[in-house]
Amino acid sequence: MKRVSRIDELLADVEAHLKDGVLQVKEASEKGRPIVGTYCTFAPWELITAAGAIPATLCARGEDPITAAEEHLPRNLCPLIKSSYGYALTDKCPYFHFCDMVIAESTCDGKKKMYELMSRMKPLHLMMLPQTAEGDGSRSAWRAELDRLKDGLERAFDVSINDGAISERISLRNRERLALKSLWELSRLDPPAITGREQFLISEYCEFHFHKEDLVPWLENLVSQIREAYDLGERRVCKDAPRILITGCPLGGAQKVIHAIEDAGAVVVCYENCGGVKELGFLVDEDRPPMEALTDKYLNVGCSVMTPNTSRMDNLKKLIENYSVDGVVEVVLQACHTYAVETYEVRELVRSTGRPYMSVETDYSKSDIGQLSTRIGAFLEML
Amino acid sequence: MLTIGVDIGSVGTKAVLFDGDIVDRHLESTGWNPSEAGHRAMESLLKRNSLSPGRIDRVVSTGYGRKSFAEVDKAVTEITCHARGAHFMDPEIRTVLDIGGQDSKVILLDDQGRVLDFMMNDKCAAGTGRFLQVMATLLEYSIEEFGAVDPDGEMQKISSMCTVFAESEVVSHLAKGVSKDAVALGLLESVAVRASSMLGRLGIKPVVGFTGGVSRCPSLVSLLEGQLSCDVRTYGDSHYAGALGSALIASEL
Repeated sequence: MKRVSRIDELLADVEAHLKDGVLQVKEASEKGRPIVGTYCTFAPWELITAAGAIPATLCARGEDPITAAEEHLPRNLCPLIKSSYGYALTDKCPYFHFCDMVIAESTCDGKKKMYELMSRMKPLHLMMLPQTAEGDGSRSAWRAELDRLKDGLERAFDVSINDGAISERISLRNRERLALKSLWELSRLDPPAITGREQFLISEYCEFHFHKEDLVPWLENLVSQIREAYDLGERRVCKDAPRILITGCPLGGAQKVIHAIEDAGAVVVCYENCGGVKELGFLVDEDRPPMEALTDKYLNVGCSVMTPNTSRMDNLKKLIENYSVDGVVEVVLQACHTYAVETYEVRELVRSTGRPYMSVETDYSKSDIGQLSTRIGAFLEML
Repeated sequence: MLTIGVDIGSVGTKAVLFDGDIVDRHLESTGWNPSEAGHRAMESLLKRNSLSPGRIDRVVSTGYGRKSFAEVDKAVTEITCHARGAHFMDPEIRTVLDIGGQDSKVILLDDQGRVLDFMMNDKCAAGTGRFLQVMATLLEYSIEEFGAVDPDGEMQKISSMCTVFAESEVVSHLAKGVSKDAVALGLLESVAVRASSMLGRLGIKPVVGFTGGVSRCPSLVSLLEGQLSCDVRTYGDSHYAGALGSALIASEL
């Protein structure tokens, strides 16, 4: 008789609880806890929670509400923006439904103009991002934006946010970041302890788990149990599967790319995308005054709207080495100009390490699944 | 060793019987059932060469229908197969331009026929065989007539690459009295421009070999040569490159 896989059991449990976040937010909202909807990695989690609110990532990954969004928005806009807006418009996103306020960032032209329309539906606070992470001017502008957000939260929820509370939240979030790091490191093993799909699933579960005090020890325990099963010989990835790093736009609605890669026999070992290592891979300095430390931390998110985007390139290079990557696949959402232009630099960087690189432009539809599998299959046959 | 490579494309299904060299080849239209087309192509080859299925050592499939075809030893993407097939036809090729029914691709090869890099068209029909087919029908040309218009003749530039928009642009030119040949030449030129821009993005290394169904269009070949300012080689078996490559890969499994 085949032994039941320990890792399978653990993952089945994660999958079963994937939607718990909706209940957690509903309960919190009914108890009067403010809910703050966020869209982007730049939203400072620590500040929002220090205001006693729950930051919830809003829905932006489904294809269904795009048709409704296109009644107000141009068709040739990125699917993420259209999906975000469509969910809000059709009230199909439970997190949007329960949220008392939306925190938005001027991360791209399409988004910032979409937020103007969205502000008709919910109170919306737009954080103005500088164009560059370099120089004192940008830094002080971003610092001022954090202060403005702090004031906004204090006024909206009639609270006062003190440094002590922020420091406490920084330390909790740092613990979550470290626990996530240990999860990602399971994929540094050869072969990786879990597949890329599984890594994505667990990260997603963590993103939508709003009681971080409970989540952190749970995650630490999960990672050590997977590690234990692996050390006892459980293998779920073939030893010679090519190791792929995915970079580029957020993958939520484009998980078909992960599936195409893994169905063709490779394994995704690392995600350099929003929400993952791009933000959570970097800790906030706990030894500095909290608002100062938060300013530097979030200003240095390696987003393609920053010019130049040095921190992304530096990070990519390190990740390629650390995860012993065999090839890099960049995912660009249709009409995302900053990431699309940046592919040229990413291609040069990856090639300079002697590894093959491919970029795929896609959207949230199923229309290119056949072509994706051919392109990705051919890319893997090259390795 | 006897192997068969089957390339199930969106329009045509090609099969090659291989024993270290091409023994026989077969082409038929794919129709609505890709796996059925694959079977028919294989059976025709076996029958014509009086072979029982047991005589074939291995079968490899490629093309968009590669996964629908169950009785194969392996399915390999058309990029890899075209590269190997083109290399077999002409070992000097370092750049393959393949324009098929629904895809066009550019592949860079090393001296062993391995893929160094490739690029594929996006998911629309612009610049593919399908585009030319729609336009030929509109102009009431057979594909052969369409592909043989005088490349030095008068040309009406066509600016839309989108199949649907190009169709209405063509209609408006015809309504103004522009000649069919001038419009046809403009359409072929637009395909040549698109292909050469894809080649330019990947970087051309000579020799350039042109494969796929559209390579059998002589005026397009000469327009391409004009665009690229270099020779573009075509081959009698150009449209079998994918099937040939898969038969070759089958013999090495």
